[in-house]
This record gives sequence, C-alpha cells and structure tokens, in this order.
Amino acid sequence: MSAVATEDGNRILFALIQTIQANKQYLSDIDGLIGDGDHGVNMNKGFTLCEKALKETPGDLSHGLKTLAQILITQIGGSMGPLYGMFFRGMAQASKDLETLGAAGFAKMLAAAKEKILTVSDAQQGDKTLLDALLPAEEAFRTALDAGESFTQCLTKMSEAAERGRDSTLDMIAKVGRSSRLGERSRGVLDAGATSCCLLLQAFAEALREKL
Amino acid sequence: MQKIINHAGEVVDEMIEGFVKAHPDLIAKTDNPRVLKYKAAPIANKVGIVTGGGSGHKPAFIGYIGKNMVDAVAAGEIFSSPPAQMFYDAFKAADAGKGVACLYGNYAGDNMNVKMAIDMAEDDDIEVKTVVANDDVPSASADQLDKRRGVAGEILMWKVGGAKAALGGSLDEVIAAAQKAIDNTRSMGIGLSPCTIPEVGHPNFKIEEGKMEVGIGHHGEPGLEVCDLETSAQVAKRMTDIILPDLPFAQGDDVVVLISGLGSTPLMELYILFNEVEKILADAGISVYLPYVGNYFTSLEMAGVTLTLMKLDDELKQYMDIECDCMGLTQFGRSG
Repeated sequence: MSAVATEDGNRILFALIQTIQANKQYLSDIDGLIGDGDHGVNMNKGFTLCEKALKETPGDLSHGLKTLAQILITQIGGSMGPLYGMFFRGMAQASKDLETLGAAGFAKMLAAAKEKILTVSDAQQGDKTLLDALLPAEEAFRTALDAGESFTQCLTKMSEAAERGRDSTLDMIAKVGRSSRLGERSRGVLDAGATSCCLLLQAFAEALREKL
Repeated sequence: MQKIINHAGEVVDEMIEGFVKAHPDLIAKTDNPRVLKYKAAPIANKVGIVTGGGSGHKPAFIGYIGKNMVDAVAAGEIFSSPPAQMFYDAFKAADAGKGVACLYGNYAGDNMNVKMAIDMAEDDDIEVKTVVANDDVPSASADQLDKRRGVAGEILMWKVGGAKAALGGSLDEVIAAAQKAIDNTRSMGIGLSPCTIPEVGHPNFKIEEGKMEVGIGHHGEPGLEVCDLETSAQVAKRMTDIILPDLPFAQGDDVVVLISGLGSTPLMELYILFNEVEKILADAGISVYLPYVGNYFTSLEMAGVTLTLMKLDDELKQYMDIECDCMGLTQFGRSG
C-alpha cells in the first residue's frame, strides 16, 4: 500500500489526541523551566475537547483536522491555540476531498501547515520555537519524496528530522515568546512547542505507517 | 498545593461565577461565559474599552470593569491568553457603534489572538484599534521597547483610556490618550516566592529562602538577576534606580505611584515600601500626585511587589482625577 484511506479520520486524530494526553505533565514541566508551565495543560484541554467532539461527530481526516483547528482557535488561546490552530487548519484544507492519502498529499499537508503558521508567527528557524521541529521535518519529508523514497521511508525521515529539530532547541537562546526575555538563561532547556510538534508529527507518522 | 478550590481545571469558571454574584451592581454576563461586561455597556455614544488576558492576576482583568474604566473583558485560562473568539465577543459586548479601544499587554499569545479577533470584527464593521502596554523595564532594553511586557502599568492605561472615552473622545483620541499614558509609564517587579498554577500542581520556578528575583515577570518569568533579600529601603533604591533613568523621570515631575503586591505579600510591607519610595522621589524633587498602594495586579500567590510610575502632564492629571467605580479601583472625582 502506498496510500492510506482518509475515511476514518478519528483513528488518526485519536492517535494525536492520545499522545498529547499522555504527555500533558511532561510538556508542562519542560515549559515550566523557562515559560509559565501551562503548555501541556492547555494542549490537553484542546485535544480532549476535540476527542469529545469527534466521538459525537466523527468524519474523515480533513473533518477531524478541521474540528481540532477550530477548537484550538476558538477555545484555547495562549500562543499555542492560534499557532497549532493554523497548523491543523492548513492540514485540513490540504487534505480536503482526498479519498486516500499518499506521500505527495502528505507533503502538501505539511507545506500547508507551515504556510498557515507563518501567517500568525514572525519566528525564524533557530528562534527556539515549534518551527525548529516543523521546518526540518517538512523539508526532510519533501527531500525524501523527491528522491523517490516510499511513503513509509519519507515518514521515517520526517520523524527523525523532527526529533533532531526538537533536540537542536536545547542549545538555542529563545528569540520569540515568553522565554525570549531570558536570553542566555533559556539555553539548556528543550522548547516545549518544538517538543509537542515532534510528538504530534511522530504520532501522525506512526498512525499512517500502521496502514501502509 | 495549599489552595481552597474545587476542581483545578475549573478555577477560572468558578471564580467568574462568584465574581458575578458578588458584584451585581457592576457586572453583567454575556453569551460567552468567559466574557464579562459592565452592566451599563455598551454605552451610547461612547468608545468601548476592552481588555483581556490570562487569569490569575486579580483584580486584573475583570476587576477593572466598571464606570469610566473597562467595558468588557476576555478572561483566558490561568496565565494564558484568551482565544480570538473571546476577544471578538468582548468587542461585540463593548461596541456602541463608536468603535472599540482594545488596551492590553504585550505578550505573544495576546498579540496573535487580538490580531485574529480584529480580523473577525472587521466582518461585522466593528472598528477596533489597540494600544499594547509595554511598561515592564527589566523585560527588554530601552532600544527594544516593543519587546517589553505589559504589567501593572496597564491599570493606568485603562484609567486614562476609560476617562477619555467617558469624556466623549473619539476612538483615535482614546487610543492617543491611552498610548500617551503607557508611554509615560514604567514598572518593574521583585519576586520573593513562586506561585502554583492549580492544574500544574506545583510551583514552576523556585526562589530560595533569603533570595529575591529582580525584574521578575507577572507569570514568574525570570528576571535580571537573583540576589540576597534586601531591606525595604534597599529594594526601593534598587527599583527606582532602574525605573527613574529609563523614562527618565526628573526633578519637578508629578507622578502617579502604583505599588502592587504580587499576591501573598502583606499590605503592611507594601506601605513600608511606599514610605521608602516616597522618600527617594522627594529627594529627587519628584512629587507624588496620586498614590495607589494595594493588591492591584497580582500573580496568584506569588510573594513580591511591582512598582509603577507614571509621569503626568495637565492632560493626564485630568484623566487620572476623574471618578471611577470598579472592583479593583474606586475613587471619587478629584479636583486636582
């Protein structure tokens, strides 16, 4: 199989939701080291609201992603509400009307997620944000696809790049957001947004690979 | 965690329920449970004043809803910006057709959500303009004013903006007055002990016994340095040494002095500190036109204090003198 049916959106969405629920405390703890310690709590709140909504109104992948985006934008707030809201809105738009999701389709979803986030964020790569996981992951997927690798291999390359991107934030000084006021003191700690972004991309990849 | 609560995840909603019941003469609910408004709002022919932000700063933000102050507030989760929908619903609650001044603090989340809310309001032809408070001196250097956080100086921005709106000012005039207020305002904080977000369950930073964090933010953001705890006189000197040269405040100036506790510091200590600050200002030839000492803008149960100074001219004095009535700040009209 080189593509995954998009009909059962809840399967993939629940994989994303479960990874956030399982890492609620961890994400809040790393956020607390240089931020205000609410990243896991707020993400968990949004994703759990989405779980409830999708149990009541299941649908395809695009529907699930759109539901998640809408909840994050209208009900979660903080910085992560709009940022991840735009991330998932981009993915929802790019997967609309797809009956199956192949590597080319997923590459478009990643590109759309990136573009949508950049409409609300001025951050650059290296600023110690979730973009430090997302940008290399998106690029790694696209490079593997262009090299003719399989969907499974592309997903593996993406997951590895997301992990390296997340780890690269350890030695960065935060340039935007609440931790940017810390200067040198923000070094030596993982960025919470890059960490959650890596978890989400890996969960997404794992849920797709199960059916490939 | 030593807190009198029911459910850690519902503290904001339950607090709002209690607040509405306790202030029926001032506060009205809206269709959005996280948006409260002044009972009389929207007020005909008046620019609406809106603010919002994360919760946990009582009296800020909902405590400044009232007469000649803020018309509607969006209340987010603890320390977390309200989503765009809440700001948008607050705009609708405050708008009387003369536009809305959204006066809020400089935080990444608030900036994003307000921006998206303004976009939503455009579809309804509600005109919204903003002033973004950036009074916290230690949060960025003087050549990066746009990176500074908004802290307790926001109250003075609401007071001035609210007064200008009550006097019949246009949206542009209200925005100009609020901008002038915050441009003439400087603040800083000192933290002595941390605070705990109920849903997190433990403090997310530490301040050791006998130490203090200079320049701490309103959410426990680390400051400039951690040093040994000092006497009130030394703390007053340290804070004024940072604040006074930054504007700068100079001999002959009239100022508002706002000393706010961060949550668990006793009022006694705030008055001891005010006594020291007043002495330093008097020695510098700076007159205290209007003092505020109390818990005006807190950070859950953090121990510590913020000092805010606003330099006044005749126009700002006029706005500060106007009466106002809200839970956080009630004063009779002053003749100046």
